[in-house]
Amino acid sequence: MLCALAAIPVLIAVAVRVSSAVPPGRGPAFLDRITQNGLFVGVTAMLVSVPLFLPLTVGVVAGDTVAGEAGMGTLRYLLVAPAGRIRLLLVKYAGAAVFVVVAPLVVALVGAGIGAALFPVGPVTLLSGDRIGAGEAMGRLLLIAGYLTVSLLGLSAIGLFISTLTDVPVGAMAATVVLSVVSQVLDSLPQLQWLHPWLFSHYWLDFGDLLRQPVAWDSFASNALLQGGYLAVFGALAYGRFITKDVLS
Amino acid sequence: MTAVAPAAELSIETAGLSKRFGHQLAVDGVDLAVPKGSVFGFLGPNGSGKTTTIRLLLGLAAATGGSMRVLGEEMPRRLHEVLPRVGALVEGPAFYPFLSGAANLHRFDAADPYVSAATRRARVQSALRRVGLTHAADKKVRAYSLGMKQRLGIANALLAPRELLVLDEPTNGLDPQGTREVRSLVRSLAADGATVFVSSHLLAEVEQICTHAAIMSAGKLVAQGTLTELRQSGQARIRVLTPDPGAATQVLAGFGLNATRSPAGSPDGGTAAGAGEVLYAPLPAVAFDGQVSSDGAGPSGVAPEAVVAALVAAGVRVRGFATEQLSLEERFVALTGEGFDVVQ
Repeated sequence: MLCALAAIPVLIAVAVRVSSAVPPGRGPAFLDRITQNGLFVGVTAMLVSVPLFLPLTVGVVAGDTVAGEAGMGTLRYLLVAPAGRIRLLLVKYAGAAVFVVVAPLVVALVGAGIGAALFPVGPVTLLSGDRIGAGEAMGRLLLIAGYLTVSLLGLSAIGLFISTLTDVPVGAMAATVVLSVVSQVLDSLPQLQWLHPWLFSHYWLDFGDLLRQPVAWDSFASNALLQGGYLAVFGALAYGRFITKDVLS
Repeated sequence: MTAVAPAAELSIETAGLSKRFGHQLAVDGVDLAVPKGSVFGFLGPNGSGKTTTIRLLLGLAAATGGSMRVLGEEMPRRLHEVLPRVGALVEGPAFYPFLSGAANLHRFDAADPYVSAATRRARVQSALRRVGLTHAADKKVRAYSLGMKQRLGIANALLAPRELLVLDEPTNGLDPQGTREVRSLVRSLAADGATVFVSSHLLAEVEQICTHAAIMSAGKLVAQGTLTELRQSGQARIRVLTPDPGAATQVLAGFGLNATRSPAGSPDGGTAAGAGEVLYAPLPAVAFDGQVSSDGAGPSGVAPEAVVAALVAAGVRVRGFATEQLSLEERFVALTGEGFDVVQ
């Protein structure tokens, strides 16, 4: 799955490299900047994978946590080992969280790497107009990856909860991914504006603030607070469900 | 039914244990008493609630009613103190197919916070040796046969010294050699002082390895005790083959025996036209000396030889005579139903 994620920046870089210059203003944001600065491959790749690809992989990992063990029948052996239900749940969430840390990092680092290999690397002009060196730009890239990690923690908690509801891992994965899409669709309907700040995908694309000088932390903070709320609510639901669940698989 | 031993001597003790799934009572007021150190056969047809009971005992599912004590501790309140002392094989083995046999055992052992990680490698190897899987330890479980998976499942239950082993259908899918190995393994575990709780529907297996047994039917516990007690609790009967059923019935009635003609489930007497009819008469429920059941020695109440003499004296042509003791299988069928009409 990480390989699939790594393929995205590679695809973007190669496509831009072999095609003629991208006319400015077309395609995903930052795409036209890639030929001038390879580091933008990482940014573009993250931007492209936020709406579907990252939630998809996170949904697969988080949906598989408990339901996967139940589906294989190994859940009962872990519980009689005895792993302890709370401990098992925490370990499973930690596993999903590690994936959520690694996945955006892979996209960012592979993107920067392939970008540096195929295009020139130099100072980066930020959205605020300031120019920063390539080293600091790498720092910003990692910062965006961290932002995406935080963004996806809420979805992982939802996936964990759904995973405790079923013994069919594919069902849990699909439900998690569908929820992330539904959340984004709702977020795009202006009629539901009152709902938008409560949707877990609301701040997913707001990492542009991290490309300003000085860094605007507002969206990062709102996002962290929102994701923390989702983590608390769905973590508690997963706990409540799993602690009383009859393991019959 | 045996007298219930004091609580300290029981490895598993349940009282009124019940589990309801929707409208169906899967386990209905089960009072199990598994003596410490016994090899306890847990019998019942498919779907009679054996595995559900085991799930309740291991804390995998919550009981709807009743109470249970495992290894002297109240369950499921003391689950985390009890489970490290229990090894289990529940409803068939389950493993990560992409890991090797040894790696699977390592993973399950790592899930147990009460065992030492330092001794893990040695314990995994000795468990694999005990079930004869050393040669396949590094093979992926995906490539294991059903019997090998079964052995690996038993190895998983033996990763640490256990006081109680709960083995659900341990010989499922094993070849005759494997079945014998499991039998001797169970005996050696019992010899080491562990209590072994074996669920099975294979009666021959239970008769060979168990000291005690209980029979489940439709969620209820219908019999429980030592194997000898179970065999004897069924009534002995005499079987008479004669062309003069009327006269024979009268003679038997003189002994206070109530004869019936070829009861359901036995070959109809009429078909053996030349030989005559088969009469069955249950013997009075007096303790039957289990050692001499097949050769005609009878209960203290009515002596079979006296019955034969009386029959002959009355001019009844006796063409066959036997006293029969129900086998465990007949007892099992009598308690749980015949053929596919098993009580659900």
